[in-house]
Order: sequence, then structure tokens, then C-alpha cells
Amino acid sequence: MSLILDHVTYKYSSGTAYEIKALDDVCLTINDGEFVGVIGHTGSGKSTLVQHMNGLIKATEGHIYYNGQDIYDSDYDIKDLRTQVGMVFQYPEHQLFETTVFEDVCFGPKNQGLDKKEQTLRAYEALGLVKMDEKLFLASPFELSGGQKRRAAIAGVLAMKPAILILDEPTAGLDPKGRDDILGMIADMHEKRGDTVVLVSHSMEDVANYVDRIIVMDQGKPVYDGTPKEVFAHYKELEKMGLAAPQVTYVMNDLKAAGFDVNCDATTVAEAKKEIIRCFAK
Amino acid sequence: MFREITIGQYYPAESTLHSLDPRVKLFSTLMYIISLFSFDDPVSLVMITVALICVIKLSHVPFGFMIKGLKGIMVLLIIAGAFNLFLTPGKELVSFWIFSISDVGLKNAGIMTIRMIYLIVGTSIMTLTTTPNQLTDGLEKSLGFLKRIGIPVHEISMMMSIALRFIPILIEETDKIMKAQTARGADFESGGIIKKAKAMVPLLVPLFVSAFRRANDLALAMEARCYNGGTGRTKMKPLAYSSLDQRAYIVIVIYMVVFYLIKAVI
Repeated sequence: MSLILDHVTYKYSSGTAYEIKALDDVCLTINDGEFVGVIGHTGSGKSTLVQHMNGLIKATEGHIYYNGQDIYDSDYDIKDLRTQVGMVFQYPEHQLFETTVFEDVCFGPKNQGLDKKEQTLRAYEALGLVKMDEKLFLASPFELSGGQKRRAAIAGVLAMKPAILILDEPTAGLDPKGRDDILGMIADMHEKRGDTVVLVSHSMEDVANYVDRIIVMDQGKPVYDGTPKEVFAHYKELEKMGLAAPQVTYVMNDLKAAGFDVNCDATTVAEAKKEIIRCFAK
Repeated sequence: MFREITIGQYYPAESTLHSLDPRVKLFSTLMYIISLFSFDDPVSLVMITVALICVIKLSHVPFGFMIKGLKGIMVLLIIAGAFNLFLTPGKELVSFWIFSISDVGLKNAGIMTIRMIYLIVGTSIMTLTTTPNQLTDGLEKSLGFLKRIGIPVHEISMMMSIALRFIPILIEETDKIMKAQTARGADFESGGIIKKAKAMVPLLVPLFVSAFRRANDLALAMEARCYNGGTGRTKMKPLAYSSLDQRAYIVIVIYMVVFYLIKAVI
């Protein structure tokens, strides 16, 4: 069970004056059970990249294999792929349309051709997973707050029981608490159920605390691919791309430069705290 | 999938046509259309064709872009052409089964098809070389005299430019909503007409909600900048004629004079 991108290139408006190369010869493998963060500044091709993963965009060149099958084969069931690789977009406003939250979450299972009973069960389970307040099940999705809309949108995709969950900037426009709630909920799901999750973001802080692998995109190419520790070691190069490593990386590096014997690997505040205490205890 | 829509599309390039004042282009297009609909002899046709080719060459826009608009009216062209061809009475040339083609019909069908194609190509050149904002500015200025009889020209042109500005935004929005719903297994392509219409609901509801929200935000932003209509409003880029525009006016006047001279002679 894995998703392989093999030399994928994508050009917007191919063959016109507006041609833009959004992806440039990308080779990637998303393994089963991974929690991957895709990072890049605006226009680096990260959204385009993930939209290839469930066949919403067809690559100009290259192939994509899901479980060993080429998704561009003429007899491949692309609709089935979309239920296997669930995709949550940045703005929940783009997908909420039903009269109630519950019915909206049923939309995915309904398109899968499941019967009414199964739809209801799926929706109930999905809304439970995103910790949606039961009082809001029958509310109009348009009356919800930003964070709740996000939850409803994620539930709408989870109800299809995808094997891989892709989230495109799930925390954009949320306040810090809403952001921590959503990311905590996703991390929780990944831990308890072992789901494969791909999280797109432009915030290093968001990603550093949760993921176990980071892919850094710049100008349509993955420049770094590794654990947060490996990637943040390049914090100076990241800055040149208009990105920044988490603040703790800077603190640790400054401490080291000031002559303290600390290890700069820490990527979260908790790790940094432990490391600094260790250093001073000596 | 919506990137193929070419109505009012602008093609950025550096050319004589791009740098002309929009009023010149509007006037020239009007004159071109008048000549197009009043010719009925081959000599005038040759003249119009030569003028059109010159303008195409001057525009620096790839020819493929101009004929893109033709695809949309292909069916209309064929139907209209067929009606003219088969249903015009006159001296019979060919006849088979219930169809007969007359000499007048053949001529009418030919002229009509040429007129339609030239009309689309000619007007496409104008929109391809003029940004929508320039176009509405040009219209507002050219129709300014209507203000005297109480027509709110500025407001209408403001509405036009907002509408034009929103076309690409709404297209992009539609694209995103379609993707979001397709990701949830929605199917917009297969099925009969009723199934297709039903499939539109998950697309149209979010689109309308967002259109209203955007309209509200825009109204608020305009009010916050003290917008209150056209009176006393100045322009950031006021339209001014250059010597190039004057020469262009002379060329178009010569074109019309020669066109009517040829018509009078033949």
C-alpha cells in the first residue's frame, strides 16, 4: 500500500503565453502509515502536488502508481482512487452545501453507492472522529464557526474511509487555539488508527510538532525530504526559500553559538526544554 | 477545464494595437462591423480581408487564439448556413430529394458565413488586445454625452468592469468547488439530463454563497474608501490621445472612404 510519483511534471496552461511549470520532474513515495508534512511558500507547487495524488490533476508528463497500479491507465477506476485517497481542501466553504451538517457528511458515502443505513453510520462515526458537538449535527453548515466548518469538511472526507488522508492547509485562517485543536485531532487519529496523513502547510511550527517526515517544495521541486531534525538542520537554506525553521531551532543554534554545549536537533519546545535542562544540569 | 473560455480574454503582448487608445479600437471595430455588413461584391471582400490580415499581423497575437472563439459558434454557423443554402428561392442549381440549392442561396450562405467568421475574429482582436478595464474606460468616455440625458454612464461602466473582473474569480472558484466535490466522489459528467442537473446542486450552492459573500465584502470595501459614484471622481490613468491614435483615426477614415468609393463604382 503506497503512493508513488514517478517523474511527474505539470504545466499550467500548456502551450500558451500563460504557461507555468508548477511541478518539475517530481519523484516521491508516500509509504503506508506515514504522517508527512509538505511545506513550501505560496506558489511552490505544494497544492498542485497533492492534487495529483488523487487524480484531480493529470500530470503533463510522468506516472503515478497507487498500490502498484498506474492511475492513468485507461481501465483504472479513478473514482475509486478518490475514495481511497481522501482530499480536504483549504476552504470548507467550497464543499459544504447541504441543509444540515449531517447530510453534508453523508454526501461522500452516498456517492460511493452505499445504502442509507451505512451512510448514516459512516457519517456518525466521522463526525465523532472530528469531535463535532452532537448539538450541531442538524445545524446548517453555513451557521458554523470557522473551526467547526473545517471539522465538518474533514468529516465529509473521513466518512468515505480513505486509506490516505490529504489535508491542504487545514489551519489557514484559524486562531491559535483552533489550529492546535484541528492539528491535535489529526495527530490523534494518525496515532490511534494508523492512517496515512499528508499535511500541506506553509507554517513550519505547525508541522514540526506533529509529522514524522517533511517534504520541502521550492519552485516545483522537492528540495528536502526527511525527518524534521534532518530538514531543520538546513535552516539557513530554508530561510533563503522564504521559509523559516521553528523558533526553537534558532534558540538552540544561538545557544550553541554562545558557547553552550547543546544539541541543535530539538524541533519542538518540549524537546528543547529537556535539552537545555540537561545542559545546565551538568 | 474552464481555462478554454475566451470571452473577453486579454492576451498580453507588446504591439501597436495593444498601445492604441481603447476609444480608437472601439470606433474602428464599429466601422469594421459596418463595412462587414454592407459589402456584397468580391472586390470589397478582398479589401476587408486585406485589412483584417494587416490588423492580425499588427496585433502580435497568435492566430490560434482568435479562432478559438469560432469553435463555440460552429453549430450556429452550420445551421444558419444550411438554412440560407437550402431555403432561399432563386434559379435552381442542384436539387436532390427535397433539397434544392439556388444561386441566390449559395451566395447568401457564403456571404453570411464569411460575415460571422470575420465578425468573431475582428471583435476577438479588440478584446485580445485591450484589457477589460481599458475597454470599460473607453466606453465610459465615448458614451459620456449620454450623461446629459440622465443616463448613469459611470455607474453602468463600473458595474460592467466589476462583472468582468469577477468572471475569472468565479471561474476559478467553480474550478475549486468542482475539485472539492469531485474529491468526495461527485460526478458532473455522466448520466442523463436530470441526473446532471441534480449533480449541479453541490456546485451551485457553494458558488452562490461565495458570490454573495464576495459582493458584500466588495461593497463594504468600496464604502470604506468613500466611493459614492461618478461625480468628482478622477482617474489614475486618464485616457489621452497620442499621435499614434490620430494616425489610426486617419487610417480608419481612409478605409471607410475607399470602401464606399469601391461600392459606388461597382
